[in-house]
Amino acid sequence: MLKEYKTTTEVTGPLLIVEGVDGVGYDELVEVELASGEIRRGKVLEVNKDRAVIQMFEGTSGINVPETKIRFQGDVLKLPVSGDLLGRTFSGAGTPIDGQPEIIPDELRDINGSPINPAARAYPNDFIQTGISTIDGMNTLVLGQKLPIFSGSGLPHSKLAAQIARQATVPSAKKSKTGDIQFAIVFAAMGITFEEAEFFINDFTTRGAIERSVLFINLADDPAVERIATPRMALTAAEYLAYTKHMHVLVIMTDMTKYAEALREVSSARKEVPGRRGYPGYLYSDLSTLYERAGRIQGEEGSITQLPILSMPEDDKTHPIPDLTGYITEGQIVLARDLHQRGIYPPVQVLGSLSRLMPKGIGEGKTREDHSGVANQLFASYARGQEVRELATILGEGSLTDTDKKYLEFVGRFEKEFVQQGADENRTIEDTLTIGWKLLSLLPKNELKRVKPEQIEKYAN
Amino acid sequence: MNNNRITGTIQKVSGPLVIATKMSGANIQDVVRVGEQRLIGEIIELHGDTASIQVYEETSGLKPNDPVESTGEPLSLLLGPGMLGAIYDGIQRPLDVIKANSGAFIARGAEAPALAEDKKWDFVPSKKSGDSVSGGDIIGTVQEGALVHHVMIPPAITGTLTSISKGSFTVLDTVAEVKLADGTIYAIRLAQRWPIRTPRPVQHKQVPTIPLVTGQRVIDTFFPIAKGGTSAIPGPFGSGKSVAQQQLAKWSDADVIVYIGCGERGNEMTDVLLEFPELEDPKTGESLMKRTILIANTSNMPVAAREASVYTGITIAEYFRDMGYSVALMADSTSRWAEALREMSGRLEEMPGDEGYPAYLGSRTAQFYERGGIAEVLGSPSRVGSLTAIGAVSPPGGDLSEPVTQNTLSVVKVFWGLEERLAYRRHYPAINWLTSYSLYLDQLAGYFAKEAGADWNELRAEAMGILQQEASLEEIVRLVGLEALSKQEQLLLHIARMIREDYLQQNAYDAVDTYTSLHKQYRMLQLIIGLYRKAGERLKDHDYTMQSFLSLEILPAIARAKSIPEKEVDAQFDALEAMTTSNVESLINQ
Repeated sequence: MLKEYKTTTEVTGPLLIVEGVDGVGYDELVEVELASGEIRRGKVLEVNKDRAVIQMFEGTSGINVPETKIRFQGDVLKLPVSGDLLGRTFSGAGTPIDGQPEIIPDELRDINGSPINPAARAYPNDFIQTGISTIDGMNTLVLGQKLPIFSGSGLPHSKLAAQIARQATVPSAKKSKTGDIQFAIVFAAMGITFEEAEFFINDFTTRGAIERSVLFINLADDPAVERIATPRMALTAAEYLAYTKHMHVLVIMTDMTKYAEALREVSSARKEVPGRRGYPGYLYSDLSTLYERAGRIQGEEGSITQLPILSMPEDDKTHPIPDLTGYITEGQIVLARDLHQRGIYPPVQVLGSLSRLMPKGIGEGKTREDHSGVANQLFASYARGQEVRELATILGEGSLTDTDKKYLEFVGRFEKEFVQQGADENRTIEDTLTIGWKLLSLLPKNELKRVKPEQIEKYAN
Repeated sequence: MNNNRITGTIQKVSGPLVIATKMSGANIQDVVRVGEQRLIGEIIELHGDTASIQVYEETSGLKPNDPVESTGEPLSLLLGPGMLGAIYDGIQRPLDVIKANSGAFIARGAEAPALAEDKKWDFVPSKKSGDSVSGGDIIGTVQEGALVHHVMIPPAITGTLTSISKGSFTVLDTVAEVKLADGTIYAIRLAQRWPIRTPRPVQHKQVPTIPLVTGQRVIDTFFPIAKGGTSAIPGPFGSGKSVAQQQLAKWSDADVIVYIGCGERGNEMTDVLLEFPELEDPKTGESLMKRTILIANTSNMPVAAREASVYTGITIAEYFRDMGYSVALMADSTSRWAEALREMSGRLEEMPGDEGYPAYLGSRTAQFYERGGIAEVLGSPSRVGSLTAIGAVSPPGGDLSEPVTQNTLSVVKVFWGLEERLAYRRHYPAINWLTSYSLYLDQLAGYFAKEAGADWNELRAEAMGILQQEASLEEIVRLVGLEALSKQEQLLLHIARMIREDYLQQNAYDAVDTYTSLHKQYRMLQLIIGLYRKAGERLKDHDYTMQSFLSLEILPAIARAKSIPEKEVDAQFDALEAMTTSNVESLINQ
């Protein structure tokens, strides 16, 4: 029988302070029984002699100081996991909300996980074909990568993430005996609207992907602090599926900005010294404990690929959340408002986007031997073209040299033919490279310094 | 080893910070064992009998009244044969051994000896019984791969050798004994201990005059670093800091490389671990991993050990410097180290300085970089060792005015400023040639003139001048168009573009382009500047069009000169020089 305390002395924001406790451990799980009989959970954030600070996962609303009963569980928060996770929907705190019973667990896992030993990681280098030219061709996603989508309010990040989830395949697996990979999808919603969540659920359902998905849903009107646990639950489920059930898992986490805001709420309630824009100084370390759970392990069949989505306040990439995220993740896909306004989907800003794992995930035997050259050439030519476009707006098109005029044509057609594609258009990597070569052929040959002469010979027409 | 163990109890737990009472008698910086799991921690503050402890592992489950035991010793490393090629965490626990013991995920309280205790090394003495010895003296050697590992008398020891034996020993076996002045016998083993926060002493420091050749053109030519120098690479994310650091680790002409992954991505360490063994050290022909030591404290590993990791790395680097080697240390990223300091400072409730960083950030940064340098080291035979320290900085939002960057720039001598705008255009390495600097240029000029080419320094200055003029001319072009410039100026712009694209840009993923010898750099530079001089001279009496200049065959040939293999450099560049001359002569009035 667990000891029960009724010695709550203070409730501030999401925090509860209990005194007179004995034998309470740091990070321990706490069960809080409200006067109404409702049971909520929290964890110990700090323990000082007989005084414990508890962070509530489901908020503190309705908590009454004298009547609240506190029971320390003697263990950290754990998620029950089993193969039955697939096809289920849970709340942001891990309770089933699909009307079905609790799952019968194979085991209980600490939601904080443990860091992967860097000596045990396998370097991610298997090309994932998403069918989207701007990603496959120029910012290639690789199995086991963490590649966030930097977006803004009103931009079609959900549509893009759903398209990636739908179309992602691993061509190299097809050739080997493992056969075509079907990704299991773990979806963590943090503070998004009901409609956005429904969009994903509908998309997964109509495409028949729901049976291989696990959903953790914390909506905008759910308690904010619950969001701190949501991605950890999702990643614990993902690790179980990847390393115990040997599946390839795609984790979509949206919206990381709302997650960080919840963290800030707890930090300010604890009166911690704030870092930039009021976010706690440990935001980087905290985010890394989520993102670093992506990867591959030597000798393990399964993998975790992460596609976090975050909305940049005022489209500002230097805001702490995109900034710190970019320092941890292996690149980023940036969505651009101007492309979106011109009706281009997906509005991927190719120059600001980057995939760090691309060099080792492409080339002969993975995609095609000319891939790296084509991508580099497209980047360089598009950048040059952008400068020409600027010049043309200042000085007029008439003042451009002949070469520059070709660049101007190149930028326009690049955006219309390479960047733009349908939400259901699934291009193979060969299609993407063919479009790339077609566009590069618009430019004089001596401008193509990044591709090898023999490749120009072979592919340019 | 120490009978004077103090045992206190936990009073408070808040993340990686534990406060313990009844600790009177313990020393600051003592290593302590915390809780029933005996987690490793270090005392960072003492108030009366209360000690603040930073714990190097996850603290969940620690409770008030759990025991805390002081070991009475500061956090120390075991330095000896067997470190080369190893991967350690921030407090020198070997991660490959931990993987073998406990699997792919790092369990708490994992313990493993830093050096393999059962491996035997063949020790060849170079001193004999009766010789008097003092700190730093080399008493014998052990062959470790391609490197001769010198066995040295620990810095504070002076006395007479009473025994020394040749043979096969483990790192903990006694190979020699020294009788100290007070008559006690001190046992010399292949490995010695040294506390990480105390710099290893040297005889005296020297002024650096030899460059660390990195094979990276923008660095060696424009912003060289000296052996024993210090440098910072700040840049926003995606600007190529980590790739630049890895390139330096791969191709620098140092004897030993210490690479610290401090709060960075796990996959980057994996990349090094998997790639370095495949690459060949141009000097020794051995795999690059055999001269490399990795310290990996990735961002999701405990934050306090991240703070320690840079000291662990530099202590190992000093140990090899003391043998007389040239050591290069890369720390990626010192901003994460500073953040670890900030996090502990916040939990200690210290008064914050700039952006929440502790007020002592500046002095800690300076102390770290001051451990770099070239020096005559302790002991005989007299020898010079160098420690080059290169730190990546990750300024939030790319804003260089933030405290970590500013504190770093006030102590380092070389600044390689990475710029997002260049990375956008895939101009790698994205080092801005207008804002970067090296304060070693004058000191190293003599070496370059002697070793690379007599007119190296002039060529360098001329190329830099072209790039600077380009920047001011571009302003004009933006306002009034290219046509407003004279032909000389237009020529300069074309040459500047060639310097940027055909010289400064270097592809780390291309088998040839990844490394360029000083000689090839000289030939490349000579070729481009030669073309500029000849074409400029020609313009004085032949009013040729820019179009005809741009269609010269030599231009695409220069663009591809990067990929000329080192072995063919002289033959091919001689041909290119000849081509330049005949091409320029074909330019005529139009």
